[in-house]
Amino acid sequence: MKKLINAPEQVVTEALQGMAAAYPDLLKVNLDPDFIIRADAPVPGKTALVSGGGSGHEPMHGGFVGLGMLDAACPGAVFTSPTPDQILAATRAVTGPLGALHIVKNYTGDVMNFEMAAELAKEDGIPVESVLIDDDVAVTDSLYTAGRRGVGGTVLAEKICGGAAEAGADLPSLVRLCREVNANVRSMGAALTPCTVPQSGRPSFELAGNEIEFGIGIHGEPGRRRIPLESADRIAEMLMAPILADLPFRRNDPVLLFVNGLGGTPLIELYIVYRAAHRIAAAHGLQIVRSLVGSYITSLEMAGTSITLLRLTEDMLRHWDAPCLTPALRWGA
Amino acid sequence: MQAQQADDVAFLCDWLRRAAQAIEERRDVLSALDAAIGDGDHGANMARGFRAVAEKLRDPPADAASLFRLVGMTLIGSVGGASGPLYGTLFLDMGKAARGVPVLDAAAWHALLSAGVAGVAARGKAAAGDKTMLDALIPAAAALSGTDSVRKALARAADAARKGADATIPMVARKGRASYLGERSAGHMDPGAASSALLLSMLAETAA
Repeated sequence: MKKLINAPEQVVTEALQGMAAAYPDLLKVNLDPDFIIRADAPVPGKTALVSGGGSGHEPMHGGFVGLGMLDAACPGAVFTSPTPDQILAATRAVTGPLGALHIVKNYTGDVMNFEMAAELAKEDGIPVESVLIDDDVAVTDSLYTAGRRGVGGTVLAEKICGGAAEAGADLPSLVRLCREVNANVRSMGAALTPCTVPQSGRPSFELAGNEIEFGIGIHGEPGRRRIPLESADRIAEMLMAPILADLPFRRNDPVLLFVNGLGGTPLIELYIVYRAAHRIAAAHGLQIVRSLVGSYITSLEMAGTSITLLRLTEDMLRHWDAPCLTPALRWGA
Repeated sequence: MQAQQADDVAFLCDWLRRAAQAIEERRDVLSALDAAIGDGDHGANMARGFRAVAEKLRDPPADAASLFRLVGMTLIGSVGGASGPLYGTLFLDMGKAARGVPVLDAAAWHALLSAGVAGVAARGKAAAGDKTMLDALIPAAAALSGTDSVRKALARAADAARKGADATIPMVARKGRASYLGERSAGHMDPGAASSALLLSMLAETAA
């Protein structure tokens, strides 16, 4: 393991201290329990947005705390969901009378910990609703599985719901909007290399030099298939096909195309993937009205990419374009 | 009855300290099992949780029900992942079932573990055969009935849990992160079933 760390067990704490020092104007960091909140929280007259998950996916979620996105983020240990006491403390710190929406990625641990936190918050009289994000088409949905994973769609849901919350949306309408985003977003990813969790010190899986893991998750958990390495164009094609087939997207649908880096892939390669994905989407008759290219939901230093396609409504587009001022996403503010 | 409660609390503390040590020792084994079908942090998460439990045992509460509750809350607040709420619920529900129970005899252990296992199944929305910790815990709870000897009952439970954990090897996961692998999850022991079997083997060892 070759990493810029001091001690494996201090990684999350020291990273949070670094964020606090870097962005004192945007956010406040609480340690033990760990959470990150907007510097001006609780914002009067606003419904709170709270998300969280394991650390190691930076800038997700702490980097999205600020005006126009999240009010609070709860980082767990690396690739491990936060605990209910942590989520409850974060929710309490940012929630006013209008209540809070928990945006939860569909992973068993996250779901259970957020569920327990929401139960505790409701016992305290705090109105909390939760929406699960499960946009990963790599996972076959059936009655017998825990369902699809939440991946890149989460970033888009946090931005769009954040815009709506900032504009004064109440909790029931935020729940509706978040569900609508989730119903219209699809993602798929592929990894070129594994990543190493600092605490374990070993790569999460073995991959030969000429192999890629297709349908990867964001925790270094293996994907569905292992296939030979292909060109960027071919990989983009293979990722786009199940995404396009799944919704299904119709001709002339306005869409947002998001090409994400998993942490170890430079922007130059992501642009090559974007070029291919854009051509494929256009050939499918889609109107690409907004784009996002960069590493926003990562898996430590894993090389690879995920592609996310969101079918936009006018509402979603308006809230996507609304100003935001966070460490990782900022425009118009 | 006061004396019996004190004996039970001492026994439980002894078990939990052994369990914490055993988990620390097998931390890498549990993480390796998890790496095969999940994300490889089960050992680290359980070790963090049981270290926190061992800290709390320095000043244990006076009765078994309160001790189970304390362990449950500590695990929920320190483990994270799916194991935190699941093991937390196991101990919280064992604590509820232990309320008003004068002594932890074989029948009491059967009632307690059955209640805890039912709680885990409800929290995880899982059942036998899903390739989870329940595949070790359900047979263990069943094996606790039919004898008046605590020592024998706990030995049987540990044995059933170990066999249950072994039986998860060929299973295809239907719950948790391993379920994302589909057929590729077969051929590996479920890490949650392995840690459950470990806890029960330490319980049997404490009683032996």
